[in-house]
Amino acid sequence: MLYREAGQFRSTYAEDQQIFPIRQDRIAMAALLVVAFVAVPLFGDQYWLSAILTPFLILALAALGLNILTGYAGQLSLGTAAFMGIGAFMAYNAMLRVPHMPILGGFIVGGLSAAAVGIVFGLPSLRIKGFYLAVATLACQFFVLWALNRVGWFSNYSSSGVISAQQIQLFGYPIVTPEAKYLLTLGVVVVMALAAKNLMRSETGRAFMAVRDMDVAASVIGIPMMKTKLLAFAISSFYCGVAGALYAYTYLGTVEPEAFTLDLSFRVLFMIIIGGVGSILGSFLGAAFITLFPIFLNLASKWLEHALGIEMSHAVVSNTEAMIFGALIILFLIVEPNGLARLWQITKEKLRLWPFPH
Amino acid sequence: MTFFLEVVIGGLLAGVMYALVALGFVLIYKASGVFNFAQGAMVFFAALTFVSLMERGWNIWLALAVTLAAMVLLGILTERIVLRPLINQPPITLFMATIGLTFVLEGLSQLLWGSQPHGLELGIPDVPIEWLSEKWNMNISQFDLFAAFVAGVLVAVLALLFQKTRIGRALRAVADDHQAALAVGIPLQHIWAIVWATAGFVALVAGVMWGVRNGVQYALTFVALKALPVLILGGFESIAGAIIGGLIIGASEKVAEVYLGPYVGGGIESWFAYVVALLFLLVRPEGLFGEKHIDRV
Repeated sequence: MLYREAGQFRSTYAEDQQIFPIRQDRIAMAALLVVAFVAVPLFGDQYWLSAILTPFLILALAALGLNILTGYAGQLSLGTAAFMGIGAFMAYNAMLRVPHMPILGGFIVGGLSAAAVGIVFGLPSLRIKGFYLAVATLACQFFVLWALNRVGWFSNYSSSGVISAQQIQLFGYPIVTPEAKYLLTLGVVVVMALAAKNLMRSETGRAFMAVRDMDVAASVIGIPMMKTKLLAFAISSFYCGVAGALYAYTYLGTVEPEAFTLDLSFRVLFMIIIGGVGSILGSFLGAAFITLFPIFLNLASKWLEHALGIEMSHAVVSNTEAMIFGALIILFLIVEPNGLARLWQITKEKLRLWPFPH
Repeated sequence: MTFFLEVVIGGLLAGVMYALVALGFVLIYKASGVFNFAQGAMVFFAALTFVSLMERGWNIWLALAVTLAAMVLLGILTERIVLRPLINQPPITLFMATIGLTFVLEGLSQLLWGSQPHGLELGIPDVPIEWLSEKWNMNISQFDLFAAFVAGVLVAVLALLFQKTRIGRALRAVADDHQAALAVGIPLQHIWAIVWATAGFVALVAGVMWGVRNGVQYALTFVALKALPVLILGGFESIAGAIIGGLIIGASEKVAEVYLGPYVGGGIESWFAYVVALLFLLVRPEGLFGEKHIDRV
């Protein structure tokens, strides 16, 4: 009843093309942003901010990056974590070697370096596709991790390989508290998500989707294959690179190759599959699900232990969790192959008709 | 020169081990178009089940038979629970489902048998062949030769199965076109169950071989990552490609490790195979023996 667009007339092209054409959506989005920017830092407790919300936002950004490449441009990639690692290490080096480097500048350097590496490893996509390409991106994952471990320059010749990230400040204001780190992450993520949304509605985005749907047909109607595919790799890697830099600076507090293993690549891939391939909203929903689910599972197993009065060994719990996680992914794919974003869309369509669906 | 030969032969034999794992991938991809990421977990599950039964004092043949039965059951269950509801979904969805299956299998096997590493002994010593090392001063492991022999037999049997039998024809038909195969009356479900069971059998063989080599432990699941470059080099659809790819990857990896490794600080085996495969792909995008894809608009 509340969610009705009756009476909202669009009289200009700008109104017709805005991101949220329905007024209720705009209000809801504004409310969400107010909650995220004001209410959460004011009332959220430290644990939630630093251990759940910040990584959720960062991983959502990485998922967004992968979604641009896989969901919009149709190039399956298993090298997300490698791009994140590049972003983190290059941001670290930029901060270290360039005097008075602002932190946002460091993030941008990280993102651009990741984009450059992305273009190099995107080159095979001009020749190969599908699973062959997916395996080829694994080459990127392993090579980059190896290079970060072996080439001393990246870690400033630190012997342990684990470096603590520099103290960061934004416009002279030091970012140390979980609230500040959360707000910085949130700001970056919101700006980049908005940019992604708009980019995907532009000519570039439409070219990506044409390549995804059928690349031969796309090239026949005059979409430059090389430029489009490499651009997709570059933009996606830029997003992942910035996400990696944020991961190191606002979440982990350390810069280390071990944080960017293949497992992370898979986690991000899960996020876009569960959230919805080819959907900006889906990246966020998927990231929320994958971040929150293990915590929920952990709580559930604790509660179960308590309720049944038995002591389960750590191995049993973690193995059971892995099994449930895997089974749930399969279940998800069977029930809704298009992900949470699709469920949300269905809900909205139902809501518009509710309570009189005829 | 003898040293170089030793390195190459050692690499070739190691490549056979990779090929053993790659075979499992090829089987499933060939028959159902599914890129089965769970193959590594299946290898681990099979090896762990086998070794745990052996440690409980079971006869080796009995343990082998029971493990095989478990793998067949696993294949049938996978078809029933995972694949059947996902018929007609895009390949990436099926791929993701197999990653989910990986988690389930890894959790299940460690839940059942514990996560401590096991040693596995088959009675074939992993020592250099004496007369070779005496006469030519080359160290070629007896066990590696045995593994190569097993792989050869396995490939021959699978090739016969695919080329000469009724089931093999049905498998190839299904791989070609699900709907057309259904239309001429090939029971898709049975075929998939058979393929997954066969892949389970291949996983068992690979698991036992790798188990003897490196011990049965969680790291066995990473063997799958070693098999992937073999797979793209040889082509997803080719059994012979898996073997040839394995040989190329194994040999080049060993040679690079010995002759190139010291210059770049070692540890290159984690990515070198992928780069070799990638270079091959730039020349032949469908792998050495993969089927050529013709795109039509």
